Amino acid sequence: MPQIREELVARFYALFEGWGIPWIVPRLVVMLVVVSIIILFISVSAMFLIWWERKISAHIQARFGPMRVGGWHGWAQSIADGVKLLLKEDIIPTQADRPVFILAPMVVFAAALAAYVVIPFGPGLIVEDLNIGILYVIAISSLTVVGIIMAGWGSNNKYAALGALRSAAQAVSYEVPLVVSLIGPLLLVGSLSTTKIVEAQRYLWFIVLQPLAFLTYFTCAVAETNRLPFDIPEAESELVAGFHVEYSGMRFAIFFLAEYANMFTVCAIATTVFLGGWRGPLLPPWLWFLLKTFFLLFVMIWLRWTLARVRVDQLMNVAWKVLLPLAFANLGITGLLVWVFS
Amino acid sequence: MAADYAYVALFLIVGALFVVFNIDILSRLIRPAKPSAKKLDTYECGEDPIGGPWLRIHIRYYLFALVYILFAVETVFLFPWAIVYTSLGFFAFVEMMVFIVILLVGLAYAWAKGALEWV
Repeated sequence: MPQIREELVARFYALFEGWGIPWIVPRLVVMLVVVSIIILFISVSAMFLIWWERKISAHIQARFGPMRVGGWHGWAQSIADGVKLLLKEDIIPTQADRPVFILAPMVVFAAALAAYVVIPFGPGLIVEDLNIGILYVIAISSLTVVGIIMAGWGSNNKYAALGALRSAAQAVSYEVPLVVSLIGPLLLVGSLSTTKIVEAQRYLWFIVLQPLAFLTYFTCAVAETNRLPFDIPEAESELVAGFHVEYSGMRFAIFFLAEYANMFTVCAIATTVFLGGWRGPLLPPWLWFLLKTFFLLFVMIWLRWTLARVRVDQLMNVAWKVLLPLAFANLGITGLLVWVFS
Repeated sequence: MAADYAYVALFLIVGALFVVFNIDILSRLIRPAKPSAKKLDTYECGEDPIGGPWLRIHIRYYLFALVYILFAVETVFLFPWAIVYTSLGFFAFVEMMVFIVILLVGLAYAWAKGALEWV
């Protein structure tokens, strides 16, 4: 795959030689193609995930879920939903803070999209192998909180404001144990580049060496994406929908898309850091990567339909009094063991 | 080095433009637009909204934000430490543990003072 990609890009550059076109034009075209592929991937995987989630939830509750649209097990349900949202009237409340209200979905989606730059789908199948990979993902995904606060504040709605505040409190609380739990595996690798992290797991997946870190990370990841059992910010029964209560039609769809994109990102990072990334026998690397990531996504959906929503004080207690000490304990033990064995 | 981040800039720009394209171009062409005063009112379960939502924010949010800033800054220091750890040896381990313990004492203090209680 990487060879084919490089050859295609090289041939494409050769096409433009001798025409007097500035060198930046073909490079920009290649970059735009890459961005389009990623956006296409996000859209298709989000549509698949929504359909899949509905099917899994239905079967957990002994129902069938969507069965009619498209024929086979309602496979076209998400496409129909997308078209429906596209056709819905766009409502911006007169009381809303208009610029903030309009900017919020852009911030949320741009942050969700930018995190895909360092996801290693396979050897060489990475948009740009930044040397600060993991730090970059953490930094860029915390931008989502800014977008959520903008949405909650800009809506000028009580539910939205409360949801945004809770969301921010939850996101910052769970970010600390999330980051600390990732430091453990990084100690073993000595690099932040996502490709190098996968290559370091040639013989052993880090989930074997760092089981505690994996559990801490995954719990925090579920909380960071505002999923049940940590969906206090969106709690339908008390806050209607939280920060996006005033958003309708395509604006709402963008939030939804970004949420599923973020789910994929956190699971992809878990796969990269703990589950050996693209490594696996027989099947092509990119397929292994997607299989592992979608397995983790399945676990997230499974959790949603198994556990009840936690109370807000329990939520904060878990982050600060359980997960944070656990993450630090894991870091200390890892540091000691790495020093003993090296 | 800086050229590595061209993709990051492009992703952020295209991400924002994607939203503009979908909402203000694609969807605008096919969606209805029949605004009315009631429709554009703030949603509050069908009632007329009472009071504004831009209220005073509870003090507990500030407490958590303060503790968060403390630890967020700390994690930034942890990253370079983790990268060069194997080449620095035992000294780096002791030094970072001292740093972490000092911060954990801070966490214990906040805990004992009840700053981590959601009241």
